Amino acid sequence: MTPGIEHFLTVGALLFCLGLAIALSKRNAVGVLMGVELMLNAVNLTLITFSRFTVSPNPIAGHTFVVFVLTVAAAEAAVALALAVAVYRNRETIDVDRLNLLRS
Amino acid sequence: MTPFLVSDKWYDIRDLGNLSRALLDAADKVLPGGVVYVLAALIGFVASFLLFVLPSQLIIGVYGERRIIGRMQSRLGPNRVGPFGLLQPIADAIKLIQKEALTPAQADRVVMYIAPIIFVMPAVLLWAVIPFGENMVIADIPVSLMYFLAVSALPVIATFMAGWSSNNKYSLFGAMRIVSMAISYESPLVLALLGAVVMSGTISLSGMVAWADQYTIWMVFVQPLALVIYFICVSAELNRTPVDIAEAESEIVAGYLTEYSGMKWGLFYGMDIGYALAASGFAATVFLGGWTLFGLEKWVPGWMIFIGKTHLFYFLFIWTRGTLPRLRADQLMAFAWKFLLPLGVFNLLIVSTERMLWAEQDYAKGLIYVFALVNIVLSVGLVYAWARFNGYRPERSPTRPRLVKQAGGYIPVGERP
Amino acid sequence: MDGFGVSLAFWVLAAITLVAAAGVMVSRNLLHAVLFLILTFVGVAGFFVLLSADFIAMAQVIIYVGAIAVLVLFAVLLTPRASRDNGETRWALPGMLLAVCLAAIFLFVIHDTAWKTRDGVPQGLSASDLGTALLTTWVVPFEIASVLLTAALVGAIMLTRSPEEEAEDALA
Repeated sequence: MTPGIEHFLTVGALLFCLGLAIALSKRNAVGVLMGVELMLNAVNLTLITFSRFTVSPNPIAGHTFVVFVLTVAAAEAAVALALAVAVYRNRETIDVDRLNLLRS
Repeated sequence: MTPFLVSDKWYDIRDLGNLSRALLDAADKVLPGGVVYVLAALIGFVASFLLFVLPSQLIIGVYGERRIIGRMQSRLGPNRVGPFGLLQPIADAIKLIQKEALTPAQADRVVMYIAPIIFVMPAVLLWAVIPFGENMVIADIPVSLMYFLAVSALPVIATFMAGWSSNNKYSLFGAMRIVSMAISYESPLVLALLGAVVMSGTISLSGMVAWADQYTIWMVFVQPLALVIYFICVSAELNRTPVDIAEAESEIVAGYLTEYSGMKWGLFYGMDIGYALAASGFAATVFLGGWTLFGLEKWVPGWMIFIGKTHLFYFLFIWTRGTLPRLRADQLMAFAWKFLLPLGVFNLLIVSTERMLWAEQDYAKGLIYVFALVNIVLSVGLVYAWARFNGYRPERSPTRPRLVKQAGGYIPVGERP
Repeated sequence: MDGFGVSLAFWVLAAITLVAAAGVMVSRNLLHAVLFLILTFVGVAGFFVLLSADFIAMAQVIIYVGAIAVLVLFAVLLTPRASRDNGETRWALPGMLLAVCLAAIFLFVIHDTAWKTRDGVPQGLSASDLGTALLTTWVVPFEIASVLLTAALVGAIMLTRSPEEEAEDALA
């Protein structure tokens, strides 16, 4: 059974939903970030799949989009982890359940 | 590429790929489906790793390195086991295999078991893309240079896994120091290799060798600064002296390797040499012209030339290890970020300008020699000027011991004036 | 994309990637979860190679495994007294329910659409084509991405400075 576009898109969709489940359910802030990175990876996979399989005059556009997603993911991971470390210095925890100072 | 006198006969040893291709074609008729790919992978592994790498790794690496460093330090190296000590690697291997590989009680067994395996991967995987000769590449992918960078990210993870799973504070310290050093030295490494990519216009290693052959100049003459930066950064990635804060025997016991004994440690040690050889082979391909030698490869088999260049570069590694003292961790970081990274950016600037000028002259062959001369002069001047700008001055006549503060070392934040 | 090798590669990679992603969710140790995450990144890089995107595959390993995974490991190790048991929050069950519903919607859409696919590999997918596209058609997002990276760099450094270092650099 040769893998077609539907197989790759299924893998991408499952990876995205797994990442979403991780991002919504983890208690550690670093765990949430891991889910977000998984979601971004799934998006990259979907973009490359479309670039490879669909008829378009400019198939390289999918790849350029993926380069930008990679860049933004790296920048976002750096800032998010710096935030987590800074919050840890003040609050001694990065448990998202306990970071609720803004709650009324 | 210029045509060589390599024929298609299976017995022509100047192109060892002929033999394997004949074998695989015969096997493809017999075996079903895609099983011939497994056979091709096996032949590739046997040919490249077992026939080329492992003997040179054992002999040159384990024995030759210790002997050469011993002679540089005015002492004999290992010379007891066998004639001139040549059986030393075998003695080492036997000793390590029969040793008990202890695991601490609270350590993470699975991760501790997997860490040496992941550490071995770069040294073996890298030989898949390096061209030994014409048509003698196992996997001629169009992005071989980035493959090297991708594969060199793996030992960092393996080091961290080894340090953390040992459940030992000193291992964790050692692992964190090495990981921060490795990622600091990755940026100048990428910039130095980027200079080579810009000048030759291709990311694949076969393309680099073809460029060196077409313009009959080695990349090292066009960009000496890139080779120097590559050498320093790869020494840092390999945890070799003078940047081996990993195995600083006098500082943190044995760093991330403290809890490893027996063949697990032997794997780390052996792959230290194996990865150094792979990085030397990579440098020989990119910077020293690969398997070509200004036309000599018509008579001498290309793979012999390539092996000679690899070992020549590996001798540079051994030389710096035997000669230079070890740097401190903060000196290392400052060196990478403040000195090497701007140098890499300058190099990229110079190379991009020259490439643009060269393209406007329709890639005239004589112009590249002019660029080589200009680049050599510029590189020496740039290194000297940038070092002076950063405050690195050579000690003219040191008379008495100097304290860290006076010597310009690290002053903790609370004590600064 | 015919051939026994391609199908085998696809199913093996799919198994590795999805099992590793599930491992990130269910493992009881945060550092084990990070190692599973690294395996997922490598699996996705394998998918990229299968889809003729070799430059992106190598870039994925260099950036994700070489940089982002190391960042995550540093963050885990710089927060020693935080909980490392990879537990779930109170909103775990609604979150997972939402993910399951979303997966159902995605899978229905994927299998119900009549995709108009091409037969062979597209022509202009090499690294030099990517470079040309990034520097001619997409040069403005390229420059903005470089500004974004600089801003992220400055921001990350500023967020993690200790008060003495800030006082040292303040304009008196």
